Amino acid sequence: MEVEAGSAVERARSGDSDAFRLLVEQHSRAIFRLAFRMTGNEQDAEDVVQETFLRAYKQLNRYEARSSFATWLFRIASNYSLDLIRMRKRHEDKRERGADEERDILQSIPLDTPGPERMAYGTEVRDRVNAALNELSAQERAAFVLRHFEGLSIEEIGASLGTGTNATKHSIFRAVQKLRKNLEPVVGHAR
Amino acid sequence: MNHISEQQLVLLYYGESTEAATIDQHLVECEACRKEFRALQLVLNTVDSAPVPERGADYGKAVWQRIEKRIGGRKQRRFAQWWIWAPAMAALLVSAFLAGRLTHKPLGPEVAKNQQQIRERILMVAVGDHLERSQMVLAELSNAPDHKGKLDITDEREMASELLDDNRLYRQAARSTGDTAVANVLDDLERVLLEIAHSPTEVSSSQLDDLRQQIESRGLLFKVRVMGSQAREQEVAPAPQKNGKKL
Repeated sequence: MEVEAGSAVERARSGDSDAFRLLVEQHSRAIFRLAFRMTGNEQDAEDVVQETFLRAYKQLNRYEARSSFATWLFRIASNYSLDLIRMRKRHEDKRERGADEERDILQSIPLDTPGPERMAYGTEVRDRVNAALNELSAQERAAFVLRHFEGLSIEEIGASLGTGTNATKHSIFRAVQKLRKNLEPVVGHAR
Repeated sequence: MNHISEQQLVLLYYGESTEAATIDQHLVECEACRKEFRALQLVLNTVDSAPVPERGADYGKAVWQRIEKRIGGRKQRRFAQWWIWAPAMAALLVSAFLAGRLTHKPLGPEVAKNQQQIRERILMVAVGDHLERSQMVLAELSNAPDHKGKLDITDEREMASELLDDNRLYRQAARSTGDTAVANVLDDLERVLLEIAHSPTEVSSSQLDDLRQQIESRGLLFKVRVMGSQAREQEVAPAPQKNGKKL
């Protein structure tokens, strides 16, 4: 599989657009999942997927086979997601209003909800998780998503986001603290 | 051993602890820390239930259809190749120009004058190309049809960010030759290119109006057109003269 991906990358580099099509078809869903977890917004995630492949195509000559092609795409996608979140914040100041709304949502979900099994997999918990993730800053969310969902090491994340290992570690610690603060009342109740 | 901090537990959870064996041993012995670790595990395991909208097996094909016209096809490839090489060639010309100015050996006045004219001519060729490409971006945005929804400006954004690096280089070159008229236009252009490059990929009509206003308030499109034609004229003129350019 890796050999096939490697040869597709080589062919795409030499201008074979069919080879690049194969790479797009192969990696789109994974990039979408990452982008959605980073941005928390379906439309933004679609934007990230598209932009990631356009940037990857333009930068194919910079790709070094030391990391897998998927990891390289993840790096592009996570950096663009970060830019997108920060840009939204700068231009529209949506983030603050969004966080207020999410806090309201968190407050409005009643704790006296059904039994543990249903709670663990229920919509309420998922809504709360989503709301809690939306409370993280762009940097915290990016670092946490890459560590928790994508399994990248802290060192790899620091290199990908250009933040260094220590700052990345602290972003993850802060993210976990916030998630615990928001989710423990729910999952604690469910135990 | 003292109780284990939350940070140590987080690193343990993700398999990145450098003291895993010691912490594991402590967890066996200390009920308070064990309880704390269980609470952390429960929260982090719950995060996995965060919903992600499903995308079907054909999603990759749909993504390809959206981006194909921008990167696929013979015409686009020619464009992409031109796009890759043109700024690099132009940057090389400007670098050569600046290097010539900084490292020139003492020459006779006639030879020095000729070389100076050749270098300035090379610079104007590069600046002419650059202004022509910038004009395309500005004109695309200025002439975009009015719309109620959002307008996709991904291409313009990409071009603007590519042009930014070249613009800085040309502006420095123009300043170093004392060509303040060119340097001032490039200065104005840089601000607008920066704004375009940092805009969202899809802009609302009000955001588009803001961009247009910035282009129009500086009379930028007009200046870029005029300066571009002047550069082109100098390119074909037999003997370039060093004249001040006023707009």
